[in-house]
Amino acid sequence: MTGTILGAADINRALTRIAHEIVERNDGADRIVLLGILTRGVPLAERLAERIATVEPDWDAQERTGALDITMYRDDLFKNPTRTIGTTSVPDAGIDDAVVVLVDDVFHTGRTIRAALDALRDLGRPAAVQLAVLVDRGHRELPIRADYVGKNIPTSRSERVNVHLEELDGEDAVILRKGE
Amino acid sequence: MRHLLGTDAMSREDAILILDTAAQMAATQEREVRKLPTLRGKTVVNLFFEDSTRTRISFEAAAKRLSADVINFAAKGSSLSKGESLKDTALTLQAMGADAVVVRHWASGAAHQLAHGGWLHGSVLNAGDGTHQHPTQALLDAFTMRRHLVGGGDRAAGGANGSGGATRSGGSGHGEAGDRGGEGPTGKGLDGLRVAIVGDVLHSRVAASNVPLLTTLGAKVTLVAPPTLLPVSLRERDGLDIHYTLDQALDAHDFDAIMMLRVQRERMTGGRSAFFPSPEEYSRLYGLDGERLRRLPDHAIVMHPGPMNRGLEISAEAADSPRSVIVEQVANGVAVRMAALYLLLAGEDQK
Repeated sequence: MTGTILGAADINRALTRIAHEIVERNDGADRIVLLGILTRGVPLAERLAERIATVEPDWDAQERTGALDITMYRDDLFKNPTRTIGTTSVPDAGIDDAVVVLVDDVFHTGRTIRAALDALRDLGRPAAVQLAVLVDRGHRELPIRADYVGKNIPTSRSERVNVHLEELDGEDAVILRKGE
Repeated sequence: MRHLLGTDAMSREDAILILDTAAQMAATQEREVRKLPTLRGKTVVNLFFEDSTRTRISFEAAAKRLSADVINFAAKGSSLSKGESLKDTALTLQAMGADAVVVRHWASGAAHQLAHGGWLHGSVLNAGDGTHQHPTQALLDAFTMRRHLVGGGDRAAGGANGSGGATRSGGSGHGEAGDRGGEGPTGKGLDGLRVAIVGDVLHSRVAASNVPLLTTLGAKVTLVAPPTLLPVSLRERDGLDIHYTLDQALDAHDFDAIMMLRVQRERMTGGRSAFFPSPEEYSRLYGLDGERLRRLPDHAIVMHPGPMNRGLEISAEAADSPRSVIVEQVANGVAVRMAALYLLLAGEDQK
């Protein structure tokens, strides 16, 4: 099955559910810090933060959301063309003793998340790290799993999953494409 | 990019990529853990045929912060002082598996020869060759100017750009990092800035690298020097504005940045009186003192590549004034060199 798998309404519902799950699993949002992994994890983290703030009015979405660039921690830096380094921004209060929820669009091999865990270690020592993803397409190469999943999409390795987000691409959609 | 040899042929796009990358590197240097795993397993050789303190330790710090292994190879006390040729040295470094060679040499063109001699597979970074080029110094100067003068920097220039005002909350954790390295100057050049380069332009590879780079980035450059210390090549270059005393230049323009060059007495063979009558006269006509400092616009910054001859080209009052960014230039040098090493060494192995 190829084509658009999730539309704007589906993405909305999934994010709302994940936001509630995050609050429920952590007995409130007190210690939650959301870090979106560049590029598309960042707007997703901001959307989750908005939703968490509507459930937990005391939780300041702006102060608890950041962005994580993992380029310098990748294990394939010497196998690909040179990548541009993005901006990492961590909340002013830091991440020590916080529950950091990493947010990404597509969960695939797990290598991005491994790099993100390494990057986190250089930023502080969170009490716990959890992972929220919009799409889990399988094919893990490392023993890493997600805590919150928007949708599981069975794929073959050659297929491509593209996530489009309003903020960056002008529309909300998850599209599955046949590989070469 | 394969090598970093000079700024003459550098495109605006590449220059801005280096500055943007340097801004990200600088942000990582404000963290508690400043070491990144990025270049693990790569070897960087510092090959210095000429004395240098700050450039060598700056490159060493940059390579180490990126987890590369660093080998320091100084001419003194090595086989180089026994008369080994540049070629044989290069072949030795190649055999040791150098991924990048940072070279400082007293001969102009040494870095180019090393890069294009077919002796090395790795990247060559020019850390100063004779009176020719010193690209990382020019890049760190441009980076420092951009930070202060473009896009609502620390002491934003009046006319430079709109206010960089509404930056998102965040920054990189440690207070002042907030508006720096943020959205402000990223992606921008130095368009419309007026920069003075003052002093011994003739012997200065810093000036030779800065003139093309600043011009490429859109800044307007004014050279101020005694006629004897101004090379013909620059006198004839288009788009440069030249003055023969600092007072004339200060009357003619409102500078955003003023860069004082070191009087390189060691290169003035035949006695320093060969180029100007006396240090006192040089100081009187070209030195930056408190009085001249006050004639600069309020937002203007004072720069010097170091090491300074206090009392000759710059007075203590100017060097230590709050508008002096000379110490910050050194810190920015590490970030810029990290960016250069990253951009040259990351990416597919070029074998």
